Amino acid sequence: MKKAAVQTDHNNPVISIRGLKKAFQDYAVLRGIDLDLYQGENLVVLGRSGTGKSVLIKIISGLLKPDEGMVKVFGQDIAHITEDDLQKLRIRIGFSFQNSALYDSMTVRKNLEFPLVRNKRNLTRGEINTAVETVLDAVGLSQTINQMPSELSGGQRKRIGIARTLILNPEVMLYDEPTAGLDPITCIEINDLINEVQQRYNTSSIIITHDLTCAKQTGDRIAMLLDGQFQRTGTFDEVFNTTDSRVKPFYDYNFIE
Amino acid sequence: MDNTQSITRHTNKRFVKLKQSLSDFFLTLYRINQFIIRFFKEAFVPPFELKEVIRQCYEVGVRSFTLISVTGFIVGVIFTKQSRPSLSQFGAESWLPSLVSIAIMRALAPLVTALIASGKVGSSIGAELGSMRVTEQIDAMEVSGTKPFKYLVCTRVLATTLTIPILSTYTGFVALFGGYLNVTMNEGTTWTTFIQEVFEPLTFTDFVASLIKSIVFGFTIGIVGCYQGYNSNKGTEGVGKAANGAVITAMFLVFIEEVIIVQITGWFR
Repeated sequence: MKKAAVQTDHNNPVISIRGLKKAFQDYAVLRGIDLDLYQGENLVVLGRSGTGKSVLIKIISGLLKPDEGMVKVFGQDIAHITEDDLQKLRIRIGFSFQNSALYDSMTVRKNLEFPLVRNKRNLTRGEINTAVETVLDAVGLSQTINQMPSELSGGQRKRIGIARTLILNPEVMLYDEPTAGLDPITCIEINDLINEVQQRYNTSSIIITHDLTCAKQTGDRIAMLLDGQFQRTGTFDEVFNTTDSRVKPFYDYNFIE
Repeated sequence: MDNTQSITRHTNKRFVKLKQSLSDFFLTLYRINQFIIRFFKEAFVPPFELKEVIRQCYEVGVRSFTLISVTGFIVGVIFTKQSRPSLSQFGAESWLPSLVSIAIMRALAPLVTALIASGKVGSSIGAELGSMRVTEQIDAMEVSGTKPFKYLVCTRVLATTLTIPILSTYTGFVALFGGYLNVTMNEGTTWTTFIQEVFEPLTFTDFVASLIKSIVFGFTIGIVGCYQGYNSNKGTEGVGKAANGAVITAMFLVFIEEVIIVQITGWFR
């Protein structure tokens, strides 16, 4: 499915990062990151394994604390807000984990209900059921409602993981390696779903991947993370139209279309 | 000279290792302390996860029920059997029910229950939460604006604290029944006489002390299991370590608490 054109508002970034640094023991993973995510756009962060892509979105969602720098989400500096405010902020951010992170002791229905009933405590049973059915329908997996996560395929688990984040109507989506470990056909289906979510829910997204097909299909803008910093940013063609020996092999070793 | 240098180097190395171990030990103590404070801050503040507490109580009870029944019964039978020869030397077999009841109600029932629960429940909590940490399920709860500590830790600790005293009381009665079977087969004592002799030496303090002990043990097993699992390292090794650490630490603390509580209750008798 071809990606539809999107309108982005470049005046008000929903996420704004300046001078972000993060190290683990003596190894500096992020060495001064600057980044803006604008309303309505899909930003793909590309990079080799271990370059700190997942660390970046874990910092944005408040799972990790930055060593230095500023990370503003909807204008709030996440390193300096109270636990309650962080909680409220997180409801506006959807996080799709690399391995889906479905609660394996709960059915699909319970997985979807879990964040909903704990964040919106005054919902009736009917409203909860409607919300669950709507997001399951959005990811095309209505038939799995009573299944356990262990009974689902890898692609289905990814979709349910995305559905679980959509149930709170997030304004920002963070996808951690959405196509990792999936077959090419399922990868394309997931890419289409990411675009559909952007259109249907009007979300801004950061997509972490090293899959160039995913980057090309879903990204409005690409940021190439190398040596702890963004070396190239722009459209897919702008990023890869280069002779930079650190970027070129990344393109050459990927099979696209 | 070389020999002296080698000894000095060796001593320094051991000193550094000891310093590191001590520092790790106190750091762990500090973290457990923070974990306990967090439990009290979150457990009694709404919204409550009552359904999950009840589910966990059921899990704790069911997980340990069979093993506790069998062990309690065997402890009762064996303790009675082993005590008889000593009492018979003084012709005091009639004191057997009293001796058995004091030993079981004051010490054995809470201790045996706690040790079994440490193995069955503690390890299971450690492994379950450890596995949830490794597979990022706890992170997923956190980023979706829910409170995983409240849902996972508070419910489990409340469940062990509430259920283990009940299990302990049950163990006591099963052990007494085991003791009764042994006594009635050997001395022909009737059920009524046995029960009269069992309850005669027991005081209100015994029941209260036993109850408090079980509550403390239950809290310890829950908090240690949750601490190990919730803070486990990533990777499958982390899950194993969490389960193992939960059992060893809980058992160790249960013995220490037993000694302390016995000492304190001794002052009230």
